[in-house]
Amino acid sequence: MLLINCPHCGPRAEIEFRCGGEAHIARPTDPSALDDTAWAQFLFYRSSPKGEHAERWNHTHGCQRWFNAVRDTVSDRIITTYKSGEPRPDITTNTTGER
Amino acid sequence: MTRSYRLPNGGRIDRSKPIIVHFNGRPLPAFEGDTAASALIANGIHFVGRSFKYHRPRGILSHGSDEPNALLDVDRGRDRRDPNNRATVVEAFDGLSLSSQNHWPSLGLDVGEINNVLGSVFVAGFYYKTFMWPPTFWTKVYEPIIRRAAGLGEVPKKPDPDRYTQRHAHCETLVVGAGPAGLAAALAASENPKSRVILCDEQSEPGGTLLHDMTSQIDGVSAQQWLTKAMAELNARPNVTILSRTTAFGYFNHNHIALAERITDHLRQPHADLPRERLWQVRAGRVILATGSHERPLVFANNDRPGIMLAESLRCFINRYAAVPGRQVVIATSGASAYAAALDLKSAGLDVTIVDLRREADCGLEFKAAIHAGIEVLPAHTVIGTKGRTRVSGLIVAKLDDNGHPGAPRVLACDCVGMSGGWTPAVHLHSQSRGKLTFDTLLDAFIPGHSAQNETSVGSCRGIYDLAACIADGAQAGGSQLTVAATNSFVGFQAVRSMPAPTDQGSVKAFIDFQNDVTAKDVKLAVREGFESIEHVKRYTTTGMATDQGKTSNMNTLGLVADELGKQIPQIGTTTFRLPYTPVSFGSFAGANRGDLFDPTRITPMHDWAARHGATFEDVGLWKRAWYYPTGDEDMNAAVDRETRAVRTNVGLFDASTLGKIEVSGPDAAEFMNRIYTNAWAKLEPGRCRYGLMLKEDGYIMDDGVAARLTPNLFHVTTTTGGAPRVLAHMEDYLQTEWPDLKVFLTSITEQWAVIALQGRHARDILAPLISDIDLTEQAFPHMAVRTGHISDVPCRLFRVSFTGELGYEINVPADYGEAIWNMIYDGGQRFGITPYGTEAMHVLRAEKGFIIVGQETDGTVTPDDLGLGGLVGKAKRDFVGKRSLGRPDVVAAGRKQLVGLRTANPALVLDEGAQIVTDPNQPIPMKMIGHVTSSYMSGNVGRSIALAMVTDGRRRINERLHVTTPAGFTEATVVEPIFFDPEGVRLHA
Repeated sequence: MLLINCPHCGPRAEIEFRCGGEAHIARPTDPSALDDTAWAQFLFYRSSPKGEHAERWNHTHGCQRWFNAVRDTVSDRIITTYKSGEPRPDITTNTTGER
Repeated sequence: MTRSYRLPNGGRIDRSKPIIVHFNGRPLPAFEGDTAASALIANGIHFVGRSFKYHRPRGILSHGSDEPNALLDVDRGRDRRDPNNRATVVEAFDGLSLSSQNHWPSLGLDVGEINNVLGSVFVAGFYYKTFMWPPTFWTKVYEPIIRRAAGLGEVPKKPDPDRYTQRHAHCETLVVGAGPAGLAAALAASENPKSRVILCDEQSEPGGTLLHDMTSQIDGVSAQQWLTKAMAELNARPNVTILSRTTAFGYFNHNHIALAERITDHLRQPHADLPRERLWQVRAGRVILATGSHERPLVFANNDRPGIMLAESLRCFINRYAAVPGRQVVIATSGASAYAAALDLKSAGLDVTIVDLRREADCGLEFKAAIHAGIEVLPAHTVIGTKGRTRVSGLIVAKLDDNGHPGAPRVLACDCVGMSGGWTPAVHLHSQSRGKLTFDTLLDAFIPGHSAQNETSVGSCRGIYDLAACIADGAQAGGSQLTVAATNSFVGFQAVRSMPAPTDQGSVKAFIDFQNDVTAKDVKLAVREGFESIEHVKRYTTTGMATDQGKTSNMNTLGLVADELGKQIPQIGTTTFRLPYTPVSFGSFAGANRGDLFDPTRITPMHDWAARHGATFEDVGLWKRAWYYPTGDEDMNAAVDRETRAVRTNVGLFDASTLGKIEVSGPDAAEFMNRIYTNAWAKLEPGRCRYGLMLKEDGYIMDDGVAARLTPNLFHVTTTTGGAPRVLAHMEDYLQTEWPDLKVFLTSITEQWAVIALQGRHARDILAPLISDIDLTEQAFPHMAVRTGHISDVPCRLFRVSFTGELGYEINVPADYGEAIWNMIYDGGQRFGITPYGTEAMHVLRAEKGFIIVGQETDGTVTPDDLGLGGLVGKAKRDFVGKRSLGRPDVVAAGRKQLVGLRTANPALVLDEGAQIVTDPNQPIPMKMIGHVTSSYMSGNVGRSIALAMVTDGRRRINERLHVTTPAGFTEATVVEPIFFDPEGVRLHA
């Protein structure tokens, strides 16, 4: 079980959280201006990288707030978490043993 | 047999506490401190079970949790019976009852032993080869017979009477294993009093191998004294938690380790408050693994005879339990450590001979020690067979010539054999933590390599076998430079896959995996048949499976496969180490989550009233909802028929408290509503309600419900019963992440308000005497209006809404007043014939009106237009969640399924919900299915059955005859508008 550092509550066990998929996909401000392809891109297409992946997480059984996490999809290590709305931090992956 | 198999002195058993245990009904004297295995051995018993496949007599192989053979059915009394217990880890207490398994009619006389003779039938993969034809024979004949003949113990018939608990814990350091390395690590790691240390160990007491080491000296004291001192030190430190009888069985992400603590199994009369087991979930800053190593059996013909054990286990039974495994013992070994066992057996006064595969020149200081003790040692000897059936009576050995070929066989008479083929580090937890393994050729073993988490392996689980080195290794990992002086351990062994044998011993069985009855020949056969991946060999031969997970067998299998393929072990790799390390009871995983506590139950404020009035309840999510209220000997159909008619002719009372309720408040509440729902809210006046549809971003309906604007900045939103948490989460998601600029609060108020639906033409007459501050007249309080006021002095939010098509109100009162107000309405309604109705009647009534239920008519791929609700989509609105998707090509394309009604040709026939619909029942199979029935009921008010369905291009098919599947074949139904009662809706305004 992952140990996830909620930016509002601190480190908590994974069972308190729900993952909401890829982060930093902003809803278009004027969806009607998008053609079908562009809208489908927003709606359905997600990256699935091997390695660092920014994800939305919700502290469902805690503060119920959304935040973002950068997780390494290979090691399952959560590299950092940050508040919703903040830019994705620039990280140099630390490949040593994890906490 | 009168001679005692208990040494007169020594051991860690409590001789002041004699006990009796029973084996197959026979009373056996033992002592507290014994295990089931040591009690059996101390009574001269080795033959304790029959093997899985061949029903061969089997004995006790080991002394620990790696035991593959001695699986017993254990009856602890008090309705506690449990199969497949390893005799080596079951602690004895007075009255404990043990039984052998997998035989009929008795252990000594077992007809299943015929399988041993039919061995050629049961080779590797026999399941796939033997029982192929005729195909129908598998489920009816072959499988039942095999299932009965093969297998282990019998499952208990009664529910588990015990209680299990779970606990979370955090620590700076978790040490797994309390042998010499683990103790040293725990001592060092806990020197800082602020550093929390948890030390867990699977045995009944800490100490590991020190518990049966009578000869080693550590820093001038005996191993036992060193252990006592170390434990005193650890016990005195408040920052140390010591958990005995506790197995670390799973290693998960981020140093999350699961421990199974066994609390009462060793007690005759445990205190009633104690749980049987406790599941610990530990989150550790770092983990030190000191899990030890497993001794390898030697692979030779008939190496499974009772009385043949692991050499270190002999040492353990003699020293720790003072139990005598045999009087005339042969130690067969390819390594040094078995000499320690030989010396201890000799010291105990037993007759010992050593047969060593190694040449004398390849032996170390152990050789001279044995000679010095007067033990006969036969170096450069192999074992080629055994004598005896239910107990070994002789070991057949042969001297190897210079080319390694065995010479003339010679029988060494014996009643016990201790074998040792070297050691395998227990790297299970390291591997589970996703740490890498590397193969060490000198050690002939996989040892921990790169760590993926903050964990370290110490001692023999990383191939360090010398006692002093183990202690130093543990101490260093714990953060200390402590070193000790200790007696040199006998270390080193020659790797051997199967013992050299004279010629092709075609028909012999040399077992690799005792638990699964897998022989060396089976593994070789699998390789010959083309299985090269070790994972495939494992599955084909079943080696390494079942309760012991191959702890004693895996390395021998790997080595044999490598030899057969002409490869090195690292090229073969190893099978995956999976949790649990040893079997864990399901009870500890379930913990308190059983019976009533399996799931939370939600009940409404009026639940008790409904129960008193005979309601039958149905589960809706976690809720218990009144389903129908049978009177007299009514069945469900009769009750529902009466309830639905009463609502349409008089008046009905319904508990709608389970509706999800959310308050949307704040200056931007209306704007928020506009963006979340398809319809327009900005111009909705306070005091009015509106039915709203909510879409997901993909344009499909997510939820629906009535929302009321109480004040300009306050909406009272209702959701479906099951949808409440989902809708709130959906709203929060958009509010927090897409529109954080909106000044809106979302508050769940589902539990705060009880909701009483009063439906029918007398509804207003019943309410009037109870309400003084709300004008109930049609003009002042029309349909789809909302008022706040008081009902019998209780604050209420009164909705004029209807899910039945009748004049109706939904009365929201604070939950604590729910039952009282319900009672008042019920009492006041008596003269109007008020009838409580349940969810089934509610469903029928709404279906008569063609009102949809999200999740019944919809399935996550339905748009508002599919339901004929396109009018609820605010086309003038610039945007709302899902709007853009309503213009997606596949959503606007023709040929979508649309909501329609169905009238069956036979009015008495109620279609099955989910039944498929076709145009032509005579078309060839596979038929083209054009839709399905979503709702179907018998309607007393309409006087016939009614159904709703989603049908391709349904609205263009009105009056078309279609065909619907039933269990008895197709039936005809006509497509109609999805409304069956009062299509003009005049009754709403009664």
